Amino acid sequence: MADLRSDFVGIRSPNPFWLASAPPTDKEYNVRRAFQAGWGGVVWKTLGGEGPPVVNVNGPRYGAIHGPDRRLLGLNNIELITDRPLEVNLREIKTVKRDYPDRALVISLMVPCDEDSWRRILSQIEDTGADGVELNFGCPHGMSERGMGSAVGQVPEYIEMVTRWVKQYSRMPCIVKLTPNVTDVRKPAEAAKRGGADAVSLINTINSITSVDLDLFAPQPTIDGKGAHGGYCGPAVKPIALNMVAEIARHAATRGLPISGIGGITTWRDAAEFMALGAGNVQVCTAAMTYGFKVVQEMISGLRDYLDSHEMALPDLIGRAVPNVTDWNQLNLNYVTKAVIDQDACIKCGRCYAACEDTSHQAIAMKPGRVFEVIEEDCVACNLCVDVCPVEDCITMRELAPGELDLRTGLRRGGYANWTSHPNNPMAKAAE
Amino acid sequence: MSQARLSPGIVPGRLTAEELAANFADVAPPLDRHEAQVAADRCYFCHDAPCITACPTAIDIPLFIRQIATGTPDAAAMTIFHANILGGMCARVCPTETLCEGACVRMESEGDPVRIGALQRHATDGLMAQGGHPFRRAAPTGKRIAVVGAGPAGLSCAHRLAAKGHEVVVFDRRDKPGGLNEYGIASYKTVNGFAQAEVDWLMAIGGITIETGKALGRDLTLQALQDRFDAVFLGIGLGAVNALRAEGEDYRNVRDAIDFIAELRQAEDRSALPIGRDVVVIGGGMTAVDAAVQARLLGAENVTMVYRRDRAQMGASQHEQDHAASKGVRIITGAAPVAVIGNDGAAEAVQFAYTAVSDGQVHLTGNGFRLKADQVFKAIGQRLGGPPDRLQLTKTGKIAVTASGRTSIAGVWAGGDCAAGGDDLTVTAVAEGRDAAEDIDAHLTGRTPEIPG
Repeated sequence: MADLRSDFVGIRSPNPFWLASAPPTDKEYNVRRAFQAGWGGVVWKTLGGEGPPVVNVNGPRYGAIHGPDRRLLGLNNIELITDRPLEVNLREIKTVKRDYPDRALVISLMVPCDEDSWRRILSQIEDTGADGVELNFGCPHGMSERGMGSAVGQVPEYIEMVTRWVKQYSRMPCIVKLTPNVTDVRKPAEAAKRGGADAVSLINTINSITSVDLDLFAPQPTIDGKGAHGGYCGPAVKPIALNMVAEIARHAATRGLPISGIGGITTWRDAAEFMALGAGNVQVCTAAMTYGFKVVQEMISGLRDYLDSHEMALPDLIGRAVPNVTDWNQLNLNYVTKAVIDQDACIKCGRCYAACEDTSHQAIAMKPGRVFEVIEEDCVACNLCVDVCPVEDCITMRELAPGELDLRTGLRRGGYANWTSHPNNPMAKAAE
Repeated sequence: MSQARLSPGIVPGRLTAEELAANFADVAPPLDRHEAQVAADRCYFCHDAPCITACPTAIDIPLFIRQIATGTPDAAAMTIFHANILGGMCARVCPTETLCEGACVRMESEGDPVRIGALQRHATDGLMAQGGHPFRRAAPTGKRIAVVGAGPAGLSCAHRLAAKGHEVVVFDRRDKPGGLNEYGIASYKTVNGFAQAEVDWLMAIGGITIETGKALGRDLTLQALQDRFDAVFLGIGLGAVNALRAEGEDYRNVRDAIDFIAELRQAEDRSALPIGRDVVVIGGGMTAVDAAVQARLLGAENVTMVYRRDRAQMGASQHEQDHAASKGVRIITGAAPVAVIGNDGAAEAVQFAYTAVSDGQVHLTGNGFRLKADQVFKAIGQRLGGPPDRLQLTKTGKIAVTASGRTSIAGVWAGGDCAAGGDDLTVTAVAEGRDAAEDIDAHLTGRTPEIPG
């Protein structure tokens, strides 16, 4: 049976599934329940400095996007960092860590962007026994208006500066949590690395308005008739997060920088995908907030089964897909596929036909008896029919064998050739 | 236990009031909003959807389901009513398993269709409960049309004509409008006086007058109607019941199932309705099932339905057969009555012979059996009763019509069960009434017909 024990920048945990810094990790009660349920670690909900605690709104903090049967696909929040006194949090962190020495316990921090504030908070958490710190440069709402959270994360110089302070005043591993609300996530990652970060974690939430109340004409969640943008997370953000993780994993200046993957991880498969793209471990929040802490048990058994069935150890998975992430201009333009409809599996709904006929290449014929057939002469292999078909594996893409005639182009399938050497490319270089 | 429960003969009050109330409650309670959302989410919004093709009224089912799914059930109801003004009743009585739901692609993928009928009821009930009427009439045309028969075909025709600005007078031989919706359908399918409520709602468009107690051939002649009106639509149904042609048919406790169903529908107090202890229903259609099931629900101890052909040929859908079985009705197929055996004017048993089919014809075999019966219901089909002489009929004895319902007499249209073509279903009658109305309108005004689907 696969060993799921994880060592992430020297922080050990019995499995790579951590709870992200968020409401589920705000206090001892929840964290104990999480550990009892099997979570490998937690990043404690972000602590601020001493003084009067932050206040939250007293109306709705969350808004959601639902799929069929109210399956929660996306969650938006306008909650701030912990609103409990610092000393209470510190006391609880210490007790929990004492009782669960085998679990990872990382403290998320967010204080004003001056050296003194950071030095002070680091000294205050030093004797909690926590395994590391995560710098919250990600939260896009509320705190960012006060010059913290994503306001720092959007300025690489600040990231580097604060990271340097943290490494200077603390011996703990330092994870820098990045905001996705930037144009190029590689820049803040580079800055973190320059500042001496041991790892980055991403993504934090995405600026969002969940929906609009069409009677009140106000964004949701609505507080007394008004709404402010919040941070979006949950299954809907996973593709965005995967790309950002991959960008950092394959970028020359950040390659090898450990990554804690975050963003819509709901199942073991999501977690495995993040790890294949370079995440050393993963952090989860929305799935737990939707289904409770028990979901980790499926993640553990699923990842274990997957690794066993592929005869892999956990480290074999991490980064395994990174070499296959490339730029568009490196894709093989001579790779040709054609859609194939399995007539036995087809339920004759005609969605492939509607999609192809109305919005694509008119490459599916509707024949008497609702028989749908691919017209290979017109099929560009866009995959839309596969994506809209309600029956899994009913429509598949068949790869043309080398030398096989592509009925659409009249060309035989050739070997590898990409855009860089394509005759239509004015910048083309001769194929090597 | 009620005293009368096991009494022999035809007696009232076999069950308690509570039992009767439970037995005759809504057989398929409406979906609430959440249930409707869950059910609606299952629709694939098929291209050129098979369910639309399978619906005689061609309701745009994927569209109305999407309208429910997106939180606009009233718009869904309008999609339904545009195609089928009796969409509320059809949602209750359509054999959906052989129509829209039978064609649903989910049958292919998982043998479990989208609950189209239930969703249709959700949408239509919701809009109808708001009162008022959602359609407005076009400018008056000055044309007057007579509709004979206030059943599904006649009502559908009348509404469409009224919507187009014509004045319509509907004549019906019974005391109440509705036709089989009011008199011919099991009570548990259309509870709380829905049939009358639906007629009232439909009539609220205006321009329709109903005259009850007026039968064609008795109080009205076709010629007189033709003289007084610009067009005539006949939706007179099948007024006569086929005979058993078996000895003893005239015994006093042998009656037409359709009359029993009508009596039950009109009953104010079901505990006063007499029912036998051993009931035999002869026939295999929806009427036979409705009679058999309701006999059980009234407290009959043994109810047996006997049909002369095999199960696959029964007019009752599989769903109906299963429903009957679940209510304790025994179904025997491949047997026909040869004699009703009785004493002193009353049936005591029915003698059946097993049948064999050769060359499509049913023959009696020498083997048979006898069923004890203190009440016998005949449900072996209805036929056109006394059609106007001048009308050309088909070989099956129905009024010959074109696709748009024109009869052999100019200016006279027909639709519903009395007219040839299509199944004898409420929904088919609605379609035929609607299409005839469009053709009448086109004929009278030169406007282009608008037929959905």
